[in-house]
Amino acid sequence: MPSGEEPPVTNLDIERYRERFRQMCRIRFFEEEAIAAARDKLVLGAIHPSIGQEAVAAGVCGNLRRSDIILSTHRGHGHTLAKGAEPLPMMRELFGRDGGYCQGKGGSMHIADFSVGMLGANGVVAANINIAAGAAHAIKLKGGDEVVVCFFGDGAINRGPFLEGLNWAGVFKLPILFVCEDNGFAATTRTKAMTAGAGPAARAEALGIPASEVDGNDVVSVDETARELLDTVRRGEPRFLVARTYRLTGHTSSDAAAYRPEEEVKERWLNDPIENCRRLLEAAGVPAAELTALHEAAAAEMKEAHEAAKATDWPAEALAYADVQDVGDPRKGAF
Amino acid sequence: MAVMTYLEAGKLALAEEMRRDPLVWAVGEDLGRGGVFGQYKGLAEEFGHDRISDAPISESCIMGAAVGAAMMGTRPVVEMRFSDFALCAVDELVNQAAKARYMFGGQTRVPLVVREPIGIWRSSAAQHSQSLEAWYAHIPGLVVVVPSTPADNRALLKAAIRCDDPVVYMEHKNLWGLEGEVPDSDAGVGEVAELGKARVLREGADVTIVSWSAAVHSALAAAGSLAGRGLEAEVVDLRTLWPWDRETVMASVRKTGRLLVVQESVSVAGFGAEVAASVAETLHAALKAPVRRLGAPRIPISYAPPLEDRVRVTEEMIVAAAQEMAAVAA
Repeated sequence: MPSGEEPPVTNLDIERYRERFRQMCRIRFFEEEAIAAARDKLVLGAIHPSIGQEAVAAGVCGNLRRSDIILSTHRGHGHTLAKGAEPLPMMRELFGRDGGYCQGKGGSMHIADFSVGMLGANGVVAANINIAAGAAHAIKLKGGDEVVVCFFGDGAINRGPFLEGLNWAGVFKLPILFVCEDNGFAATTRTKAMTAGAGPAARAEALGIPASEVDGNDVVSVDETARELLDTVRRGEPRFLVARTYRLTGHTSSDAAAYRPEEEVKERWLNDPIENCRRLLEAAGVPAAELTALHEAAAAEMKEAHEAAKATDWPAEALAYADVQDVGDPRKGAF
Repeated sequence: MAVMTYLEAGKLALAEEMRRDPLVWAVGEDLGRGGVFGQYKGLAEEFGHDRISDAPISESCIMGAAVGAAMMGTRPVVEMRFSDFALCAVDELVNQAAKARYMFGGQTRVPLVVREPIGIWRSSAAQHSQSLEAWYAHIPGLVVVVPSTPADNRALLKAAIRCDDPVVYMEHKNLWGLEGEVPDSDAGVGEVAELGKARVLREGADVTIVSWSAAVHSALAAAGSLAGRGLEAEVVDLRTLWPWDRETVMASVRKTGRLLVVQESVSVAGFGAEVAASVAETLHAALKAPVRRLGAPRIPISYAPPLEDRVRVTEEMIVAAAQEMAAVAA
């Protein structure tokens, strides 16, 4: 919480949380560069920044192996970076340029890097839950020891796939961790106003999937809880994690979010997960200058990705016809 | 040649592909007990319940899970029970399966087959009788297969399972019991069809009848009647709607100068409209009569037989339409 009143942390794993801090900074600056590029009409379609939610992505994905799988949402830049994707092909994808992860065909809402196990953001809320269940199902069929992490927001719990996918994971005992990033908003409406009952954890428990709740703005809580849950998941039992957080920006980069009081947002900025982590590390003895350097390096890395993406060409027009399908390929007789 | 039913041929195809490739598995409601029509009977005993997997009544998750499992390198065969129920999983099929390869820039493939039995069958009314194949032919990324015979149900299902694209595989419920000759298995492998090739089931010089699925059999019966009245109809079974075999259709219409499309589904915006428009655009000068379509009126399918019959395209209707078309040129 936003004060200097925490007791000094003496047993903090400094190496571990310095890395989480660095990752959160990278996500923050990626989002800020993307927002700036959207303002400059370089990012053309809608983007959904995850500013304020970085601790969830960094805390969970920091516990994954490269071969593990994640599925993300329309608000997926943070998860993608934290799973190991590179900022430049990501930025190129947002710009719709050649060399983007999806050849400029997907944009922000379909960002994916299968080479690091990031099986895609998704433009349809909750649609990734069933797909994630199937990815975990395939791992089980093949006898692998990978796990699947499925991120979704609190708005997703009101769609059918939430029920169907969680039930599926329970019935087939799949290695999957469901992570509900509860930022309080379903697009531009407060989720509570549109949600009956006690919310995500209670719904998961009702389906027999044990749920844990953490302060999603405290990367240590997220990290420790995720680590513990993932050990269980790797043994073939689904688990559910609710991370309470707050979306500091609007639903999209062009949403001024006037539907919430300025005071509320101002107060929430005092609980910025990156600053929370910085304070913890400083309290544990990490020199402020070192953290500032990590912060600045992340800013420079993302600025560079922005500039490089801007300098990249559009994709070749012929790509519009590629990768539709093999049988009935439009290039062999589009009609 | 062995004689077997359409249902047995489909079961044989799946079993052969499952023996050949350990990554092939099937999932759907009641599969462990053989499936709603018995088209999986005995397979769980051979392959186990992980590969012939029961599923909750969760069409959205059955299809969505198949998408995820296909992206992870397995080859799921999804059973939707009735094509009508697949409408509970349209997001998963249309927004996810069909587009994943494209929107992720070729990073993945979704090699799944979704079996969606179609068609009017035994007073099943509006939610268990539809033929919505045209919807899927409209969607980039999907392959649409509509087998009409036991031989094809084996050869086309095998091809669908081996296809790296998502395939909507629409068996017709009224054909389950249809018997026919199926080529013998070649070292246990059997015939694998080439997707996108139509078959000329009967040759004729006067009128081309293009059809698919169960309507093919009405078309063949009509062609028999027409022959007795001095009209030789050529019957083309499309077998797949995407891709559809333009070349075979065009070659036939170029020869006969007349096109009659016969479909069980609603005629408005049905796949027959695509075939008719393509022929009209391409062969206008060669046509001896305007192209015709026969399909269902745009009404839901009823329960009571006299009402249900209002949507049926009968042999008599096909004969009459062909004769009218021939009369135009006479």
